[in-house]
Amino acid sequence: MSVTRERSGALDVARIRADFPVLERTVGDKPLIYLDSAATSQKPRQVIQAEADFYAHHNANAHRGIYLLAEEATAMYEEARAKLARFIGSPDPATIVFTRGTTESTNLVAYAWARRELREGDEILLTEMEHHSNIVPWQLAARDTGAVLRYIPLTDDGLLDLSELETLLTERTRLLAVTGMSNSLGTLPPIKELVEAAHAVGALALVDGAQLVPHVPVDVTELDCDFLTISGHKMLGPTASGGLYAKRELLERMDPFLGGGHMIEEVFHDRSTWNEVPFKFEAGTMNIAQEIGLGAAIDYLEALGMDNVRAHEVHITEHALRRLQEVGARIFGPLDAEVRGGAISFWYKDVHPHDLATILNEEGIAIRAGHHCSQLVMRRYGVPATARASFYVYNTDDEVDALVEALAKAGDVFGS
Amino acid sequence: MALDEIYKEVILDHYKNPRNKREMPGASLTCSRNNPLCGDEITVFVRAEGEKVHEVSFLGQGCSISQSSASMMTEAVSGKPLEDVRRLIHDFRAMMSGDLDPTEEEFGDLVALKGVVKYPIRIKCAVLAWDVLQGALEGGAGQAAGASPH
Repeated sequence: MSVTRERSGALDVARIRADFPVLERTVGDKPLIYLDSAATSQKPRQVIQAEADFYAHHNANAHRGIYLLAEEATAMYEEARAKLARFIGSPDPATIVFTRGTTESTNLVAYAWARRELREGDEILLTEMEHHSNIVPWQLAARDTGAVLRYIPLTDDGLLDLSELETLLTERTRLLAVTGMSNSLGTLPPIKELVEAAHAVGALALVDGAQLVPHVPVDVTELDCDFLTISGHKMLGPTASGGLYAKRELLERMDPFLGGGHMIEEVFHDRSTWNEVPFKFEAGTMNIAQEIGLGAAIDYLEALGMDNVRAHEVHITEHALRRLQEVGARIFGPLDAEVRGGAISFWYKDVHPHDLATILNEEGIAIRAGHHCSQLVMRRYGVPATARASFYVYNTDDEVDALVEALAKAGDVFGS
Repeated sequence: MALDEIYKEVILDHYKNPRNKREMPGASLTCSRNNPLCGDEITVFVRAEGEKVHEVSFLGQGCSISQSSASMMTEAVSGKPLEDVRRLIHDFRAMMSGDLDPTEEEFGDLVALKGVVKYPIRIKCAVLAWDVLQGALEGGAGQAAGASPH
């Protein structure tokens, strides 16, 4: 497959692809075409190497031992924290709590903030395009506190319908939790405006950064959100890497989440006092090697430049939207690549997404089929599931073309 | 793996022209479930008396494998003694886990689904209708895992 810099826009994709060992493999006798980065991204050898290097040369528990290895492990772990803080525009590494990813980060806020702060009748405002991980933790917190969930509805073309925002976002609202980029529709909601609107009524704002942070330059200082959840494995990092950004004064005020080793300052028979922020939220042995791997992923993305990462995504998304529409696919979500990300949900003719995914797999093409943990979105658009292709720094226009050609094969099997 | 091993003619035929796909007013047993992984839904209606299953119908939406399996199932179990139906549910599951290799003579159209065994993620699709039927026979209208009868 030929990939030229010109065709791929802002990134030297051929060179990038050479860094990803998995892209060398085949599926049957076909080269792998990986179009499921919204589920998890592939890993460059720099990340794999960083994790292996930690285990091979520096492995010890962080923040525990007095010996050299422990010092190295601690320094590497904290360096990863500083990198992640810098990557999202926070000047203070202590604003980053390491977690297994966005789901754990959201649950941390739901336990350590919401359960302590919310009272009966308080409201949490969500949107209908949220991933289940930004719905279910709030349902559980609402059940425990008597708080009420409300939802910003969607327009037919996959945008937030903000026409009734004033009746949804009121002085009863304590938290607005909104995705930075929809994993099912690709939509980029106007998060800056929404954060401002939340603050104007005295509510806090949480941005689900699972899809946003890997694909778009993010600056929490400018965005002024109170919480940002971050998934490492969707941005070239290892699984179980990631974190929660929160404003420091919130972290200071919040209860711990999990209790255990290292999160304490002192333990008595009947009570304990807490370690300083962010350690009071990091109980037990953490995912040290994974967060160090995430640090390497951040180095990789910063070397590419996040503006270039975004420009490449706009380019390939534009190409995919055009080609898919040419062959009659129904797209769910905005059709303008400038206002959306690269996760494209679609139906091809009347071929069920599962059947489509099985047939594409025969061509070596990996796409997602299902409800994408977004059943509210599926219900809104009247489908049980969609097929979803999603892109990252290593994908090419040629791969999009291969996808579109393979769709015709699915049409043949089903005679549609 | 070749696509014609999974997308056999008979599967596509049952998918495009499902048999017994209708609500059954006055059904003695019904059950409804979905596959939380993918959102496929199936509701099964059973008219049974004593030890005999007179008639089975279904409603649902989903992929060709889940819907064709449901269609074939209704044909295979309608009019059978309850004991035979239970055995068929057991044997169908055994076929889908690769523990049983029935002939067309024994299994009729259902053998077409054997090819799905090579696609492990899709086995759940093939088995869904059978799980729902079993739920119905156990009086499990309330066991629905999320979905409600249409």
